Amino acid sequence: MNRIKQKLQEDKKILSIYFSAGYPNLDDTVKIIQDLEKNGVDLIEIGLPFSDPLADGPTIQESSTAALKNGMHTALLFEQLKDIRKTVSIPLIIMGYFNPVLQYGVEAFCAQCEKIGIDGLILPDLPLDVYKEEYETIFKKHGLINVFLITPQTSDERIKAIDDASEGFIYMVSSASTTGAKQGFGSEQSDYFDRIAKMGLNNPQIVGFGISNAETFKQATQKAKGAIIGSAFIKYLTENGVDRIGDFVKQIR
Amino acid sequence: MKSYHADERGYYGEFGGAFIPEMLYPNCEELRQNYLNIMAEPSFQEEFHQLLKDYVGRPTPLYLAKRLSEKYHTKIYLKREDLCHTGAHKVNNTIGQILMAKKLGKNRIIAETGAGQHGVATATVCALMGIQCVVYMGEIDIARQAPNVARMKMLGAEVRPATSGSKTLKDATNEAIRDWINNPVDTHYIIGSVVGPHPYPDMVARFQSVISEEIKQQLKAIEGRENPDYVVACVGGGSNAAGIFYHYLDVPEVGIIAVEAAGKGIDSGESAATSALGKVGIIHGSKTLLMQTQDGQITEPYSISAGLDYPGVGPMHAHLYASGRGEFISITDEDAMQAGLELSKLEGIIPAIETSHALAIFEERKFNPDDVVVVNLSGRGDKDLQNYIDYFKL
Repeated sequence: MNRIKQKLQEDKKILSIYFSAGYPNLDDTVKIIQDLEKNGVDLIEIGLPFSDPLADGPTIQESSTAALKNGMHTALLFEQLKDIRKTVSIPLIIMGYFNPVLQYGVEAFCAQCEKIGIDGLILPDLPLDVYKEEYETIFKKHGLINVFLITPQTSDERIKAIDDASEGFIYMVSSASTTGAKQGFGSEQSDYFDRIAKMGLNNPQIVGFGISNAETFKQATQKAKGAIIGSAFIKYLTENGVDRIGDFVKQIR
Repeated sequence: MKSYHADERGYYGEFGGAFIPEMLYPNCEELRQNYLNIMAEPSFQEEFHQLLKDYVGRPTPLYLAKRLSEKYHTKIYLKREDLCHTGAHKVNNTIGQILMAKKLGKNRIIAETGAGQHGVATATVCALMGIQCVVYMGEIDIARQAPNVARMKMLGAEVRPATSGSKTLKDATNEAIRDWINNPVDTHYIIGSVVGPHPYPDMVARFQSVISEEIKQQLKAIEGRENPDYVVACVGGGSNAAGIFYHYLDVPEVGIIAVEAAGKGIDSGESAATSALGKVGIIHGSKTLLMQTQDGQITEPYSISAGLDYPGVGPMHAHLYASGRGEFISITDEDAMQAGLELSKLEGIIPAIETSHALAIFEERKFNPDDVVVVNLSGRGDKDLQNYIDYFKL
């Protein structure tokens, strides 16, 4: 069974961490993954950096730019990850924008992911209809789960369509914002969390955007299966480097 | 019959579509579902055309450039978009989109701008309608286009510097898109060219299509025929080109010539000739030709003309190139500047440097003496005076 699906069956709230591959240093990728697993994180999103990350706020923009400057690129990321399954068993997702995947070749990219032991992809600018028409069979052939996003503005009808197209989980963007833009949740979020919980979707939801500490993690996971931390972890790496990753994870739960 | 217009999903052949994150889906979907209906409403059409006439100054003349024609032994007409209010064709689109925004009930406008022409055109219509306006502009462009920044401020717009990435047009566009993600309900994003996710390329092309609509009538009156032998325009994102090509796209006897900025030369590493240097990819939500690294990172283009300094090209133009329907020519900084000087001396018209690229093709490509060639004189050169001064040591 796909490692993501297996993990989602566990009776616990999922803590997922995002980081930009190649940041803070080009060769930190493997160490970050190993330390996150060691410290009890449930799922990891490895960010494939892109020059023009439209949906990201300043923190992830800057880590992506720095990673590219450090020399990160798609083939190098695959090279760094080639033996990753010898040391970790945590579910791994590659998250990035569609253009670098398109240039690598979608089929070749998916094949590499399968070879390495990547479990899923999040490509926010690969639209649902294009995925279904052109790429779903390729993703499935290589055992990759494609994760779709929903936002507070997504209509019920579309959420249902996304739920139907999903396997694994739905990435629930907590507010109308870019990453790292907002801190904490208000009544708008609680209404949204309630609305989604009541929809009885087939796929569990993992909340992202706006989660930075124990309090927001707890709020986000009251109804949802889990939560994702991105910008806050990257800020932590910027300030503390990669040697005390455990301290960051411990302050979340 | 094969059509070179967008299909209902916003594709021109394999190009176009809406490759956007889910956060933008509701905004784009609202626009997609409504834009054709709104544009077809008689009240919309009436207000749009009234403003184009009384406020913009349309129809713009179709002018037979006699001395230029004599020099190049062919019949050259200039479509005088430089005479539009604010000095370029850009305002055709912003008039259309501000009316669209009002119909959609939006009370805040955002826009991106490179050289500042689209920013000024947007700030202008926002002032006209009394709507709040925020224009994103690369920090580097703000420094080199001070007069247009001042114009936008006089018109009441807030100019926000884009400090990410290369701090130019592509990054200003990223920032505008991020603003739209953060303000999905009350804000309309007025994109300045035929780029971005569907329905923008088609919507902007439709607003600019007034250019070729007028040419058909004007040419009929002057020459007794609606169709020239060639239509010529410069292409950055490609909005003025989309406007002059629009009604001729599916008229095979009309040759379509798109002129890109070669910068310091196509192989110089400092160029913006997307058709020659680009590959298929995704930029700003559209599948099109764009300049990028082998790894799919978008690269920074170069042109002396800020308006052509964009690493992509609208999906309509990518399709015209890939299908062979359009002839693509690239012109260097130097040849464009000379052509701008030449038009000034021969016809008494100082063109924008963008437009000078289109005019430079007459040195590159021969036409028959009885050919009727219509060049889109997309903008006037006032904004480029400092560039001309520096270049020619005037």
